[in-house]
Amino acid sequence: MGEQKGLTIQGNMATALGAKLCRPDVIPAYPITPSTLFPEKISEYIADGELDASMIRVESEHSAMSACIGASSIGARTCTASASQGIALMHEMLFIASGMRLPIVMAVGNRALSAPINIWADHQDTIASRDSGWLQFYAEKNQEGLDLMILAFKIAEDERVLLPAMVGIDGFVLTHTVEGVKVPAQEDVDEFLPPYEPPHGKLDPKEPMTFGSLGTPEYYQELKYDQVEAMDKSPEVIDEIFEEFEKEFGREYNRITPYKCDDAEIILLTMGSMTGTARAAVDEMREDGEKVGLAKLTVFRPFPGDLLKEIAGDAKGLAVVDRNISPGFGGAVFAESAGIFINEKKKPLMKNFIVGLGGREIFKKNFKEMYKKTKKSVEKGSVDKMVEWINMDEKVMR
Amino acid sequence: MTKVKITIGGINKDAGSSKEYKTGGWRTMKPEVDVEKCIQCLKCFDYCPDGAVKKTDDAIEFDLDYCKGCGICAKECPVKAIVMKVEEK
Amino acid sequence: MSEKEDKEMFASGHRMCAGCGEGIAMRTILNEAGPNTIATVATGCLEVTTTAYPQTSWEIPLIHSAFENAASVASGIEVALKQMDKKGETNIMSFAGDGGTFDIGFQALSGMFERKHNVTHICLDNEAYMNTGIQRCSSTPYGASTTTSPAGKFSIGEDRPKKPLARISAAHDIPYVATATIAHIKDLKKKVRKALDADGPALVHVFAPCPTGWRHASNDSVELARLAVETGVFVLWEAEDGEICDLNITHKPKERKPVGEYLKKQRRFAHLTEEHIEKIQKEIDEKCEQYGF
Ligand SMILES: Cc1ncc(C[n+]2csc(CCOP(=O)(O)OP(=O)(O)O)c2C)c(N)n1
Ligand SMILES: [Mg+2]
Repeated sequence: MGEQKGLTIQGNMATALGAKLCRPDVIPAYPITPSTLFPEKISEYIADGELDASMIRVESEHSAMSACIGASSIGARTCTASASQGIALMHEMLFIASGMRLPIVMAVGNRALSAPINIWADHQDTIASRDSGWLQFYAEKNQEGLDLMILAFKIAEDERVLLPAMVGIDGFVLTHTVEGVKVPAQEDVDEFLPPYEPPHGKLDPKEPMTFGSLGTPEYYQELKYDQVEAMDKSPEVIDEIFEEFEKEFGREYNRITPYKCDDAEIILLTMGSMTGTARAAVDEMREDGEKVGLAKLTVFRPFPGDLLKEIAGDAKGLAVVDRNISPGFGGAVFAESAGIFINEKKKPLMKNFIVGLGGREIFKKNFKEMYKKTKKSVEKGSVDKMVEWINMDEKVMR
Repeated sequence: MTKVKITIGGINKDAGSSKEYKTGGWRTMKPEVDVEKCIQCLKCFDYCPDGAVKKTDDAIEFDLDYCKGCGICAKECPVKAIVMKVEEK
Repeated sequence: MSEKEDKEMFASGHRMCAGCGEGIAMRTILNEAGPNTIATVATGCLEVTTTAYPQTSWEIPLIHSAFENAASVASGIEVALKQMDKKGETNIMSFAGDGGTFDIGFQALSGMFERKHNVTHICLDNEAYMNTGIQRCSSTPYGASTTTSPAGKFSIGEDRPKKPLARISAAHDIPYVATATIAHIKDLKKKVRKALDADGPALVHVFAPCPTGWRHASNDSVELARLAVETGVFVLWEAEDGEICDLNITHKPKERKPVGEYLKKQRRFAHLTEEHIEKIQKEIDEKCEQYGF
């Protein structure tokens, strides 16, 4: 194994570097804060001869994803980057990419959706594309952003999966923050990720085929089932590839990673960069004798319900922390977690905390507050308020 | 229900397979060619939306599996060699 | 004429209406392009009538994805083919209706032109959103009754003139832009060939009457395309490198026919009075003068 060089770089550079190591053929992209540095870096790599690939400087994100679909359909390895309004604009094409089973990878700088317009960290953009049939990975730090790009290509292109994948790094908190990363050697990535050869078909005049047929009611449901089954069966492949990655590069990945959960009575479930702060809060609370644990969600799609049950099934309380909101209900991670436990006899009491929208800071004290509130519900044996917003200006709370 | 054939991503590898679908049944009028009059200019071939005109040695013939009976061939024939007749079923 | 015995690239058994102008256009265009072609198609009549799973009328590789992006998908294919070291002998074509070209697909088309992808875009113009049931488009001509611009006591039908799509395309300074119809087959083939041979983006705007939407007899599709040219309703021209170099190649009418001959064959214009027709005639006269005939 080659040496892993250490670099201190921003999150966007980490995802761009991860992408570069995967040797993509075509990168159609459109700038949007906070992911713009990704296409800039890729352009630089190409300009400097460090990457043999073609950028398409498209006129919109809709066209970015459309061009990814075109390129992927002839068997090119392709990726893009986007965020927020850009992902909203390409929404239509996300479903089409997964429906045609094209393993496109997208680096996301997670950001809030307008209105009001806001460029800061928030998971609403990718959560709003939850049902698009893409695999979804979320990074806690820049190293994970880099590694998850490589993992995303490997998992997406696996013939048992063949689904597009997005890798989220939180806007500014990661995209623009400098952190140390270890960079796998090119030859090792080449070995880990062989060139892409679509096993299900590609556009080629030598063997003409039609992609994107009209699916009548007679066929649509079976075709969808086939696609969804690939997603449903992907956890096995993801676990296998995570393990292979760990063997090769020495860093461990899990769909959910538990921290101090073994004897925990109350568990905080987090996703993305907030996890670091939550971990520090858990450490402090542990020192105070509180039986608290933390579970970090790295893979949101497919939702790792099996692991969540193992980790939190015996806990008394589960505090689900969402950096997104589905108006009229609550956070998406909460809704899914609750759904997972619905038929279980033994399950934790669950509370949902909405935090960090539009880049609102999340402090250790906020996690302690969430813990306390959950503990109170556990002691009382019931939950008064299922969804609570944290770190708010109290004056606007009614 | 017909037997459902499912491919990954709904990719259809049977290029040209719509030929299995016979559109001749849509027809209410049927073209007939007078072989004697036909000058084989092949305007009817060019103007057939359904690819239902075939060249023969001395004239043309219709592929009634696909002819929808639109009547363009009869209308465009410069020597009036094609007439439309009511389809008898 | 050996080509006529060659394999048809656009297979029979498609579900287009009897007399569909798009069918004539597609057979001519795909047969001219030949098997070494990859195509994208926008949502619309062409796509729904030719790709119902598990059948397809396409003998060449085809991808349909959405309504507004045939040109962007083709951009991705073109770049990927070049990047992956293919020799560049494969034709790349994008197909869309007038809706998928003039309206919702215009941004993608303009982007493809501007980036100079080697893609030939074919617009099949039946002057309305036919697949969804004859709604007006910016391609719908003045006076046409459609389901969203119905003629009525207070409405003449569509009240805007047709958007000059081909001229706007030529303004992108691309190597080749042409207008064509399904009545002028030799001309259409020639233009498709020129478009494919051009080194860069090209547009062929094909006038394709629709018996269902225009409410004319199914056997009149070709005749109407011919009349459109002979009355000056639709002008055949081509432009190379953004310059209109040839206004009317072979079908410049010596003596223009009155527009009424064209309008009266279509029930979408049935509500027009003689005054309306006179007004339309005047506008066509002015337009033809601009074009120089
Ligand atoms: C984003 C989007 N908006 C609307 C539609 C609905 N739609 C499908 S086809 C079509 C009209 C197609 O018109 P045109 O491009 O002129 O092609 P035609 O069917 O007339 O050949 C419309 C409005 C769609 N599929 N996607
Ligand atoms: Mg139309």
